[in-house]
Amino acid sequence: MTNQATGHRPRATGFAVFLLCISALGACQVADGGKTATPSTYGLGTAASAAEIAALNTDVAPDGEGLPRGSGDATKGAAMYATQCASCHGAKGEGAPGNPPGPVLVGREPREGFPFGNDPKLVRTIGNYWPAATTLFDYIKRTMPLSAPGSLSDDDVYSLTAYLLAANEILPAGASLDSASLMAVRMPARDKFVPDNRRGGRGEVR
Amino acid sequence: MSPRKGSLGHEPAKAGADSDITRREALGGIAGSVGAVIAAGLPLTSVDQGAPASAPPAAPTPTALTGTPARLVGAPTSAVGTRSPFATPAGRTPVGNPVGSSLTPLHSLSGTITPSDLHFERHHAGVPTIDPATHRLVIHGLVDRPLSLTVDDIRRFPQVTRVHFVECSGNSRPVWISPAPDMTPQRTDGLTSNSEWTGVPLATLFREAGAQSAATWFLAEGGDACLMTRSIPMEKALDDALIVWAQNGEQLRPEQGFPLRLLLPGWEGNTNVKWVRRLELGTKPWMTRWETSKYTDPLKDGTARIFSFVMDAKSIITSPAVPAKLESRGWRPVSGIAWSGRGRITKVEISADNGATWHEAEIQGPALPKAHTRFTMMWNWDGQQAILLSRATDETGYVQPTRKALMDARGTGTDYHNNAVRGWRVEPDGSVFFHWETA
Repeated sequence: MTNQATGHRPRATGFAVFLLCISALGACQVADGGKTATPSTYGLGTAASAAEIAALNTDVAPDGEGLPRGSGDATKGAAMYATQCASCHGAKGEGAPGNPPGPVLVGREPREGFPFGNDPKLVRTIGNYWPAATTLFDYIKRTMPLSAPGSLSDDDVYSLTAYLLAANEILPAGASLDSASLMAVRMPARDKFVPDNRRGGRGEVR
Repeated sequence: MSPRKGSLGHEPAKAGADSDITRREALGGIAGSVGAVIAAGLPLTSVDQGAPASAPPAAPTPTALTGTPARLVGAPTSAVGTRSPFATPAGRTPVGNPVGSSLTPLHSLSGTITPSDLHFERHHAGVPTIDPATHRLVIHGLVDRPLSLTVDDIRRFPQVTRVHFVECSGNSRPVWISPAPDMTPQRTDGLTSNSEWTGVPLATLFREAGAQSAATWFLAEGGDACLMTRSIPMEKALDDALIVWAQNGEQLRPEQGFPLRLLLPGWEGNTNVKWVRRLELGTKPWMTRWETSKYTDPLKDGTARIFSFVMDAKSIITSPAVPAKLESRGWRPVSGIAWSGRGRITKVEISADNGATWHEAEIQGPALPKAHTRFTMMWNWDGQQAILLSRATDETGYVQPTRKALMDARGTGTDYHNNAVRGWRVEPDGSVFFHWETA
């Protein structure tokens, strides 16, 4: 290509070499039957069966997708709370000491205006902070109790959810709960959350 | 001209008659002969005293080359190396079980890579023991071909290796809530670590599964006891998200997600789901407990920021820092790390006077995007009180704000994503204290 003595590369010769390279590449692809080309998929893995997906797919979404059949009520939930939850979260959801301390679950904020941003001591609870009731079912069912996650039945989880919503004065005392009534629950903090408006860039402090 | 006292700069002033520096340079020029003298056990005084800067190197003394001290044969080679007993880094100070954390001892480390066994930990139901032979990553939801992938399957895709930090969005919360003068860099900022990760782009796996264009979010689920789940926008999958199996050249540590981890460069640590076992594609976020009640940021206007993924530019001086004590005046490096979840660090400035004046530090080595970047600057301590601060700028032009500016913008009740300028107060006796109130 480039003449090492003169440093010049004849234009016509360069173009011919370029064409030669292109045709050589084409020949390579033909020669190995496409074994080194980059495909859009690699045919790796196996098809996930419906059963395999169902065994894993236990999450519950705010639109109710994933909520199982079954029902419970806050009275049953109170009894279950005492045996399953109170040791970490306190007898009435007020939290308990530990390493780390058991989170507070119950409490409504009497002040207007969702004042968390101006009050570092204000503790987040289900009643004053959680935006979606389905989150409660999802979290209890999949993550609690901490010592044996996933050990509660769907009815147990409906009962515990009912109890905690009632304790937070979102449902009446003794309320019963199933998928339809859980979907209808309106959480106090449901409209307090806003998208992230940080974008970076010069001068931003958000 | 003599070196400026209490000043910052890259080099001490060399011209002129500062006998300390010129003598040191002269000694450096005859290091070989000095070494021979030391080996012979001779006193150094004849060389150390009275050697003018312009004196020619002393000729080796013949007797200094004779005689060799007895040496002990060292330890045998080993299958797995260990640290020198003289260089044991500070530990990770774990707290909490099974919901726990441990902090990287930033003040014990150099360079940018965090040793894998010192990467911070944060987990919410303990560290699971997962057999890679039976582990699967299932991709389902809005895909044409729901897939079940073994670890071996995943390692057969085209792979990439990249250096990125992982920082918990709760890093520096104690600095916001309850700052204290005896805090170390480990305590203030030890929930960030930096590793070389190897894995496959998530986009490749989503293409393999036939991700549908209607999918706008995906749910990532871990295989730990709490089934950690976070909702992630699809844009991140198509940008730079990875499924990784290796960290710093070896397989992931269990505490870091063995055998597979979702890595979202520059995004808050909790979204980098460890032990990842399931990815579900959908059209809306799932509103998991982690992304609603926990990792959200209340603001002073009575709202709370949700899905605040990116970790903004930040820096911390790691030396000098608590628990160090300066034993003498003079030149020493001020060194630390800077990082940004939005790309490369382009500038780090250092102040020795609590922000009155700033000086641009040297960036050591390549400034990789979304990775810890080491900075350094020489500082001539004059024995007076000094307040050392660092301030990072990233490639978007964003400048690390002061604590006051952040509190003015957000309110006092938000403690995640605290990237405020902070530093160290050096007292005349050489004591060092954490300093967080900046102008």
